[in-house]
Amino acid sequence: MDVNKIRADFPILETEVLGKKLVYFDNAATTQKPKAVIDALKDYYDSYNANIHRGIHYLAEKATAAFEATRTSVKDFLNASSTEEIIFTYGTTDGINLVANTYGRKFLKEGDEILISTLEHHSNIVPWQMLCEANGCVLKVIPIDDNGDIILEAFDKLISEKTKFVSVVHVSNALGTINPIEYIIEKAHAVGAKVLIDGAQASSHIKIDVQVLDVDFYVLSAHKLFGPTGMGVLYGKKALLEAMPPWRGGGEMIKEVTFEKTTFADLPYKFEAGTPNIADVVAFKSALDYFNSLDHAALKDHEDELLAYATKKLQEIEGVKIVGQAKNKVSVVSFIMDGIHPQDVGIILDQQGIAVRTGHHCTQPLMQRFAIPGTVRASFAPYNTKEEIDALIAGLHKVKKFLA
Amino acid sequence: MTINEIQDEIIETFELFDDWEEKYEYIIDVGKKLAPMDDQHKTDDNIIKGCQSVVWLNANFTDGKIQFEADSQAIIVKGLVSMLLKVLSGHTPDEILNADLYFIEKVGLTSHLAQTRSNGLASMVKQMKTYALAYKTLEDK
Repeated sequence: MDVNKIRADFPILETEVLGKKLVYFDNAATTQKPKAVIDALKDYYDSYNANIHRGIHYLAEKATAAFEATRTSVKDFLNASSTEEIIFTYGTTDGINLVANTYGRKFLKEGDEILISTLEHHSNIVPWQMLCEANGCVLKVIPIDDNGDIILEAFDKLISEKTKFVSVVHVSNALGTINPIEYIIEKAHAVGAKVLIDGAQASSHIKIDVQVLDVDFYVLSAHKLFGPTGMGVLYGKKALLEAMPPWRGGGEMIKEVTFEKTTFADLPYKFEAGTPNIADVVAFKSALDYFNSLDHAALKDHEDELLAYATKKLQEIEGVKIVGQAKNKVSVVSFIMDGIHPQDVGIILDQQGIAVRTGHHCTQPLMQRFAIPGTVRASFAPYNTKEEIDALIAGLHKVKKFLA
Repeated sequence: MTINEIQDEIIETFELFDDWEEKYEYIIDVGKKLAPMDDQHKTDDNIIKGCQSVVWLNANFTDGKIQFEADSQAIIVKGLVSMLLKVLSGHTPDEILNADLYFIEKVGLTSHLAQTRSNGLASMVKQMKTYALAYKTLEDK
């Protein structure tokens, strides 16, 4: 795989930070965008900006066709059985809130148990807590071990006839752990529970096939998959989506409105009230086209190599401790340094042009599990290189010089 | 010294530095030298919200002037707090409320002011001014 060829597709990687070449290791927060995506955004506004679905003029038809073409691309990307199962959202958080507020409000009752894991991002904790508050469901949490792996024996014990919903993350944003979602889905279905998988961190690393997984809901964010911000996807099985009440009311999501009664539009529009984020949806197709055009086996090898190299090099630095050594990981490495606050590490690295994430990564309960205030997280993408990891390691030696 | 005289002095100090390394060495040094905060004042109520690392701030009002004390888990943040204390501590509520903290921009630390969620320098300034307003209100009664 030619990394330099991929790098050339991402204009932002040429950025200089304080006179140094940018090293971008914050890909788990958001990936950078290839030129194709940036061009698609510009092209939309330059040549066919219009409101969709209702207009009968040329621009509206062109915009509508482009918008719906993205839905088809997403359907293919996830191997969903139809475009009716693809709901556009504002992102992963929005998708989880949608399911909690529709499926959750209608089908989960007092005393029903909802299962999440210790690895969850706040966005897969808070919507369920709010639901429990509203209708008396009970939130249960699957524990993890010191490596950052879900303890499956504990999961086996927690799941029961009382479990009605399981919502777990596919890949941990803070630690990189890949969860055994196939096993979780199978076990959950065996007790009649529905399953939502938070795929925000997985989509750019792991091939997703919702039919093979037999998952009920799968959510992701475009901006973590080389696409624009403010746009995401909720996949849901058609029968479930049909049974769910709408959430937001407004234009686009109705069939007929009178002051007495409103009938709702068919799928997927029932869940897409108001003018959607047209430009970003349209440009997301370019992101998927770009991602699909890459050699995924080669990408995986490259990212695995980066992870192994970074892990090895970090462990060679005295006082560095890696947090999260799960059996299966994507290319994310979280670590702490003896006696040095993660924020200080981040500030000194930033001065050297190296972008990492520091803090609790919106996973405060997970940090509490490890009894740490936060970590420094380096997360890699296909355009990252070993030389950049060398720069990080050199940067960390400087951190030690300053702060140890 | 007035607040502005102290700010000017800090700006002069920073002008001596050739690169970021000297600048941050100084900030870290200032952090290390910050007078220790009384442990009994490190309460949850004194934690400044909006900072990535825990920052405690406490104020005492004597003879018409506010004395601040602060601490942080992160040393660079502690250095930044220490500089703020140097500028604002020991002044009257009015002086603190009216202070234009131009030194932050002049010494090239604006990024710490902007990144409110992660560094919270803006939160610290706000909290110090809130103390000043509270003491001013008490004084006026």
